[in-house]
Amino acid sequence: MSIWEYANPKRFMQTSSWVLPWVTGLAAMALVTGLTWGFFLTPDDYRQGSTVKIIYIHVPAAMMAINCWAMMLVTSLVWLIRRHHVSVLAAKAAAPIGMTMTLIALFTGAIWGQPMWGTWWAWDPRLTSFLILFLFYLGYIALWEAVEDPDTAADLTSVLCLVGSVFALLSRYAVLFWNQGLHQGASLSLDREEHVADVFAYPLWLTIAGFVLFFVALVLFRTRTEIRARRLRALEARERMA
Amino acid sequence: MVELGKYAGTVLGAYGVSIALLLGLIGMSFRSSARIRRQLEAQEKRMGRHG
Repeated sequence: MSIWEYANPKRFMQTSSWVLPWVTGLAAMALVTGLTWGFFLTPDDYRQGSTVKIIYIHVPAAMMAINCWAMMLVTSLVWLIRRHHVSVLAAKAAAPIGMTMTLIALFTGAIWGQPMWGTWWAWDPRLTSFLILFLFYLGYIALWEAVEDPDTAADLTSVLCLVGSVFALLSRYAVLFWNQGLHQGASLSLDREEHVADVFAYPLWLTIAGFVLFFVALVLFRTRTEIRARRLRALEARERMA
Repeated sequence: MVELGKYAGTVLGAYGVSIALLLGLIGMSFRSSARIRRQLEAQEKRMGRHG
């Protein structure tokens, strides 16, 4: 069996209909457990006080904001190279989720930054690249709405996605590229060079898993809607031609 | 209830905004899905009737 079988909308609808409830259930379990653990059962940080609890939303949202664009990049490339409609519809379905994650990261960062940095906003490399990423999400969604022909819209948005990938990458590595600004480095890393204490890290890993599963569930759900919308347009066109 | 101290407003505000945004996204996704399903069913029924 090959992954390209799921480029068939019927096959995608069949498989996603039984995968979706499982992923949704797992996402709910991971999010409820992780957030409850992080919010109620972890201590305050000795410097940040109780504001450290914002990490359980801010870090997963920021990670998903970047990774969502990475997923859109892959699916857009699949569209440009192999012309599979399900692929580009998945990118279209993912964009509002990525935009919401970017907004959450920006809002929670600003709310946390006010008491900790003494400012809601600074033109720091990571903050600025995230703002630009948000604008790219906005532009991507607007472009889909602005172009009437779906295949032309898919082509144009895919190219925009390639361009925006530079900023998604910058958002991820801005702290390293420009060793300046207010934003600190990564909160979690697999090599443990930079790491929050284990007492915060365990619930954080769980909420990250919850956000990833939530993203997968919502992308599947929204892609199913996009496939139905595409079928609806095709039927309407067929009726007009008859 | 967890003791959030002087940063209670900050923490609850961050959680409140995030939950509101996520619920808004979920609500919009469900609403748009229900609308498309309804329209598609109506279209299929209409085309079924007219061959």
